[in-house]
Amino acid sequence: MITIHNIKKSFNEIEILKGVSFVFNRGKTNLIIGQSGSGKTVLIKCMLGLFNADEGNVLYDERDFTKMNSSQKKHIRKEVGMLFQGGALFDSMTVEENIMFPLTMFTSQTMEEKIDRVNTCLKRVNLENSNTKTSSELSGGMQKRVALARAIAMNPKYLFCDEPNSGLDPRTSIIIDNLIKEVTEEYNMTTIINTHDMNSVMEIGDNILFIKNGLKEWEGNNKDILSTDNPAILDFVYSSNLFKKIRANQ
Amino acid sequence: MLRKVFTRPENFSVFRKLVIHDIYDFGINSVGIVSFMSLFVGAVVTVQTAVYIDSPLLPKYLIGLVARDSIILEFAPTMIAIILAGKIGSNIASNIGTMKTTEQIDALRVMGVNPINYLMLPKLVAMVFFNPFLIAISMILGVIGGWGAGVSSGLCSSAEFMEGVTMYFSAFNVTYAFIKTILFAFVIATVSCFQGFYTKVGAIEVGRASTRAVVYCSVFIIILNYICTQLLLA
Repeated sequence: MITIHNIKKSFNEIEILKGVSFVFNRGKTNLIIGQSGSGKTVLIKCMLGLFNADEGNVLYDERDFTKMNSSQKKHIRKEVGMLFQGGALFDSMTVEENIMFPLTMFTSQTMEEKIDRVNTCLKRVNLENSNTKTSSELSGGMQKRVALARAIAMNPKYLFCDEPNSGLDPRTSIIIDNLIKEVTEEYNMTTIINTHDMNSVMEIGDNILFIKNGLKEWEGNNKDILSTDNPAILDFVYSSNLFKKIRANQ
Repeated sequence: MLRKVFTRPENFSVFRKLVIHDIYDFGINSVGIVSFMSLFVGAVVTVQTAVYIDSPLLPKYLIGLVARDSIILEFAPTMIAIILAGKIGSNIASNIGTMKTTEQIDALRVMGVNPINYLMLPKLVAMVFFNPFLIAISMILGVIGGWGAGVSSGLCSSAEFMEGVTMYFSAFNVTYAFIKTILFAFVIATVSCFQGFYTKVGAIEVGRASTRAVVYCSVFIIILNYICTQLLLA
């Protein structure tokens, strides 16, 4: 479980996050949604320590990340997996080397053990026999799957996904969403997904935080979202023609 | 930033592999261009020296002596460093800049890897270790190029050239050249990495960072060259 409390962040005196609090549950896919520029990515980067929050706390299972020194933060980071928007695969490495990288850096496993783990992770994301390919030989969806395999290689307790569906076709998006949902339940991780994709919200939104203008505007799950009367969330959800039609049919 | 570079590497076997990779990438892969430039510049220096001291009062061995000192004191350490700043500096800055743009550096940080140490220290060690070898090759080939040009064009005999090369030889000149070489290698690695790490997002910015790396490296090398010369030779 990750708890954030009153997170504030400004850049050049422009307030991006104005005090966001939320609880991200373990074993659930927790979604942060909102329009572009609402502060989703800044929030996720504050939670990961890529940005230092101006105020507030981030608690990883009661351990206050914001009050930790760099070596304590490093310990937490070994429990974190991250799927970046563009995959962020190391382009000088093969698929196998990418997934093996955290294992090589932080474990004393033998080469056989590491290859075994790589193959397990690749099998989990349905990419067997891609070990020797480089990132340039992979499609966008395959890159995301390799990035997901790398993110789960260390059996993380926390999984962060930054817009996992961006740049993917709807069918591949659903595959990625379902994979994230499956690994979350399988490994009992606290998964946090930053998205503005309504299909993802409806498919895998166990616990949803809606941010507008740097503030928490709404929270709930994928069942609540279509029945809410919050005008901001309605405006966000029904900005899609598809959902307008669903609502009309209802 | 430098404080973060000189921390203990996360994993020494990975660090060793990266150093070997960078020695190959920056050092071995530069031997060709360094050899080619050194042979021809050595030849040009010799021909120009011969033309300017074309007087019956001046002994022919001066051609070899002047060519040797020009190559050892200035051409090999400084000019080759500027060429390497263009070749290696732009490579390092664009590589790290692209890694930053594509969130690969964030990925390292999220995993708990210190990206500055992981990316910069192996490059710095490889450059400082291998640059003196490149400069030694440049010195030797520069003199050979000069000898070839001098003898083949009939400006001096082989014996006269070699007499000049061995005459009044000061070992300190070579030491001075290697001190400069190590400092220039440090400048190329650090300035280029710095430019890469502080690239703003976007392809244009990566190009700009690469250009800035070459320009700043060249400027620092020239200034440092003057300071070293004042401190060590003046």
